[in-house]
Amino acid sequence: MDALIHQVLAGLATGGIYASVALALVMIYQATHLVNFAQGELAMFCTYLAWTLINAGFGYWPAFLLTVGLAFVLGVVIERVVIRPVENSPVLAVVVVFIGLLVILNSIAVWIYTGTIKTFPSPFPTEPLFGNKFMSSHEIGAIVVTLIMLLLLYAFFRFTPLGLAMRAAAQNPASAKLVGIRVGWMLALGWGLAAAIGAVAGMMVAPIVFLEPNMMGGILLYAFAAALVGGVDSPGGAVFGGFLVGVLENVLGAFVIGNELKLAVALVLIIGVLVVKPSGFFGKVHITRV
Amino acid sequence: MNQRTLTVVAVLLLLACALPFLVSNYRTFQFTLVLVYAIALLGLNILTGYNGQISLGHGAFYAIGAYTAAILMDRFGVPYWATLPVAGAVCLAVGFLFGLPALRLEGLYLALATFALGVSMPQLLKYHHFEKWTGGVQGIVITKPDPPFGLPLNPDQWLYYFTLAVMVLMFVLAWNLLRGRVGRAMVAIRDHHIAAEAMGINTAMVKSLTFGVSAFYTGVAGALGAIAIQFVAPDSFNIFLSIVFLVGIAIGGLASIPGAIYGALFIQFVPNIADEISKAAPWAVFGIFMIGFVYVMPLGVNGAIRMLLARLGRKAQNNRSTAGVTRPTINSPEEV
Amino acid sequence: MALLEVAGLRAAYGPTRVLHGISFELAEGSITTVLGANGAGKTTTLRALCGMVRTEGEIRFGGRRIDGRATEDIVRLGIAHVPDGRGTFVNLTTEENLRLGAYTRKDRPEVETDLERMFAYFPRLKERRAQQAGTLSGGEQQMLAVSRALMLKPTLLLLDEPSFGLAPLLVREIFEIMRTINQRERVSILLVEQNAAMALDLAEHAYLIETGRVVLSGPADAIKRDEAVRRSYLGY
Repeated sequence: MDALIHQVLAGLATGGIYASVALALVMIYQATHLVNFAQGELAMFCTYLAWTLINAGFGYWPAFLLTVGLAFVLGVVIERVVIRPVENSPVLAVVVVFIGLLVILNSIAVWIYTGTIKTFPSPFPTEPLFGNKFMSSHEIGAIVVTLIMLLLLYAFFRFTPLGLAMRAAAQNPASAKLVGIRVGWMLALGWGLAAAIGAVAGMMVAPIVFLEPNMMGGILLYAFAAALVGGVDSPGGAVFGGFLVGVLENVLGAFVIGNELKLAVALVLIIGVLVVKPSGFFGKVHITRV
Repeated sequence: MNQRTLTVVAVLLLLACALPFLVSNYRTFQFTLVLVYAIALLGLNILTGYNGQISLGHGAFYAIGAYTAAILMDRFGVPYWATLPVAGAVCLAVGFLFGLPALRLEGLYLALATFALGVSMPQLLKYHHFEKWTGGVQGIVITKPDPPFGLPLNPDQWLYYFTLAVMVLMFVLAWNLLRGRVGRAMVAIRDHHIAAEAMGINTAMVKSLTFGVSAFYTGVAGALGAIAIQFVAPDSFNIFLSIVFLVGIAIGGLASIPGAIYGALFIQFVPNIADEISKAAPWAVFGIFMIGFVYVMPLGVNGAIRMLLARLGRKAQNNRSTAGVTRPTINSPEEV
Repeated sequence: MALLEVAGLRAAYGPTRVLHGISFELAEGSITTVLGANGAGKTTTLRALCGMVRTEGEIRFGGRRIDGRATEDIVRLGIAHVPDGRGTFVNLTTEENLRLGAYTRKDRPEVETDLERMFAYFPRLKERRAQQAGTLSGGEQQMLAVSRALMLKPTLLLLDEPSFGLAPLLVREIFEIMRTINQRERVSILLVEQNAAMALDLAEHAYLIETGRVVLSGPADAIKRDEAVRRSYLGY
């Protein structure tokens, strides 16, 4: 029983990471109807930036905040410079650009930092909090940080005029222009936010999986799955999906199938869910008018 | 196919036949891989380009084809040429079966399902219960076939011709399939699946079959690839292979048969060029090439060539028309 | 001086030319209507004014050239457009839709009073304040579209067939409010309509366009008396 509780809780910690990346994917999906395959590599790259800052003598939290800011800027710049020219191109052309970004970021990371595994510090104490035996302090800390971030995002989109404008621009770009919203910039802001979310997720997961150029590969896949399980047009659903996938992955990996085939079986399950419920748990069912 | 296209194809075929005598053995080997990739890309293009189903996991079918060939040759002593139909048939079956549940999934959801297939393939190949056949992480080494009938060719050259013959056969088959009834049904489903169904097309059947045929092509390519490289191992069939295939069809040109060849040239040679430009970060250069290609030719190489030909055709027509008479063209400023 | 001057306006969708050089103007503080049958180019004219289609020719607003500028910039000059199809943000609430109308404004306190003013014009919207706008009825969405446009505090309001698909009583109500807004708040209005009778009652000046050309123009009263207009557009 203890082992099960332990696995469920550990699953929640990684689930928070998946939830964050899933949310980043959903944000860009809502505005463009495309899945940004480079999201994971962007997060990885930002985590390396944080590592550089920390090694340059910054304290953890200043480095953390600075990285979030840099990630935001990087996201905005990428949208304006790289994505904008293909805004109106066929879907697959944009997908190729995403894949191009993915390999570029990955390759640059290998080039600058080499492929060797690096340890990434955790800001949380090494001894368990409150003497509990189920979760490490980092796992609890990561969940708290993730929740704070999600709450801030919710408040931003729900209560600020800029958040409202971003939602409007994603939903109905033509009408958004007619009320004077600069839709192109809203998209860029969306990229910036998504990159910042990814950076937080990367910094939270790096102490667990270690820092290396391919660290986000599996995470992106799970996040993709989480977004779809939750319903790709529902941010809340994506977050729920993230936690669900995290727990499932951990519990199944530990008790049912072992770690060797963990990835494959978890994915088969997810696909099973989708076959039964094709638009995810919280997604809208699309009715097509003929 | 009109007279002119036929001539072009004939000339290109002649050139392709002459190629092994003009370049080194290593280059011949590289071109063999181009032919292999062209078959795989054609398979993916049948699915994605003509039927509108995106697959992020075609590397898995390529892997199944490759392993089928390798296991047959290594464990059962089957001759290399006989492995191709078996590899194709296995993939046809797997593809068809995978296509059945995947039918319920559209767009992104299908992309995820295939993505998952692509990601889990190396894990499955490494799985210790299959090790008896797959050789686990070590993979399987196979021997290169010698030219038959005492032909005065070296093995590389022979393999090139063998692959070329298979490719031509596969392309002719695909061309026949796509311009016929089934091909029209595929395109109809891509463009408007509800209307297609209303016209009496059994969309479920056609979509699953398309998946099967697409996997068949990619599987045959996988088998040929394994024979050419003489080695299969789980990690050469990772998700990146699937992604590169997708890049190949996007850059070659969606829903076009020659596009498969352009795409194959791209995925075979551009990484090499990138490697020569920067040893430190070759993939970054490859990525820049990818993005650059899309900026310049959003419809792929095939689309760009078509537009160029159309423009040249119009220009020729304009020049022929007598002085003083100007024909409006689509690009005249008045119409924009 | 006219608030809006349009000279030789042409527009096309791809190779299909829709406007063949139309010219008209709108006096400050007036209501001007553009009449015409389906496909005459009415909607395209409004879209052209807002930079939503590529155009040739001159458009001046308050003496400044605005042709070729981005929609967002034109809107920021004080031109509000109620588009055809109403352009509702269906997943946002009624109130959020209205607040978006005031997105470019900096005077926060006044936005609040304007919001209340809109609710006074259209009490139905107040009842639906927190409801998803996509669930409103067609008439309510039209009210929402008009009030969202007014939240911009525009100098010029472009209305694309506000009567479309609405019950006659509701059309009358909306037109009455248009008149009030024009008189009380000095908002100039360019109204595109198929319902010629109502539009001519409301407007001071009218233009009639057919297949992308202005074929008749003059004071609304005069147009109303025109034999051909009466027969083809007013139906008596």
